[in-house]
Amino acid sequence: MKIRINITLKPSVLDPQGQAVATSLLGQGFDNIKNVRQGKILDIEFNSKEVDINMINEMCEGFLTNPLVEDYAIEEINT
Amino acid sequence: MKIGIVVFPGSNCDNDLFRAFKKQKLYEVIFLWHKDTDLPKDLDLCAIPGGFSFGDYLRTGAIASKSPIINAIIKFANSGRFVLGICNGFQILCETGLLPGVLLRNKSTKFVCKNQILKVCNSNTPFSKLYNENEEVNFPIAHHDGNYFVNNETKKMIYDNNQIAFKYHKNNPNGSVDNIAGVYSQNHKILGLMPHPERKVSSEIGLDGERLFRSLNI
Repeated sequence: MKIRINITLKPSVLDPQGQAVATSLLGQGFDNIKNVRQGKILDIEFNSKEVDINMINEMCEGFLTNPLVEDYAIEEINT
Repeated sequence: MKIGIVVFPGSNCDNDLFRAFKKQKLYEVIFLWHKDTDLPKDLDLCAIPGGFSFGDYLRTGAIASKSPIINAIIKFANSGRFVLGICNGFQILCETGLLPGVLLRNKSTKFVCKNQILKVCNSNTPFSKLYNENEEVNFPIAHHDGNYFVNNETKKMIYDNNQIAFKYHKNNPNGSVDNIAGVYSQNHKILGLMPHPERKVSSEIGLDGERLFRSLNI
């Protein structure tokens, strides 16, 4: 089984990297840019066909994200 | 007192910190490896140095915070002994939960490397008692992720409990909440700070950091 974890900064947290990207895009002439938020994606492949969602949440909350400042969403990827 | 300096892959201030303690001629100083699962029984202070442990992959300090030695450090800290984290060490201590908050990318997105004036916010702790309250000191900073963030609830708690150690003074180099540069644990026996006192322990460069390393012996 393969899953994708999308990690984003919470809306209340400033994202200077996203802002820098937005500024650059505007500078390149993409003048319809309102805002950019930068996040990260982790694609994780498991040995088994089924995975316990509680285990994935444990990985996300205990290590892959910092719950103080980040949110995450899990999706299954079809191979 | 016996001091242990923890070395992770990517630590780069470990020798500076070793020498800063050693130079005081007050302490026995040893290195510890991040894969150790126990700390020496007679250790008094565990220090986590600056650097870029595990290349800052995932999040700064995150991978180091799961190293085998961390469980031993948490136990050590919970038994009331001293822990010091400087720069990456501060980031790691926040990731372990031993200190409140988290360090985010600098607001400017730039790596900052310069001398920085700080204000001593609490001169009544084992780390700071040789400083005066509100004294201005000059410690170098060198970081990309020094933007200290806490939610309002935690912020109130650390103020109420006098846990702010240092604040950036006159300017805010990284966007930290309330200019916070360093914080203590509730019992004031764990200190984490972004600036580098270990780089200010010689008469040629400046001696502002020295009292931090001497305070512990008093």
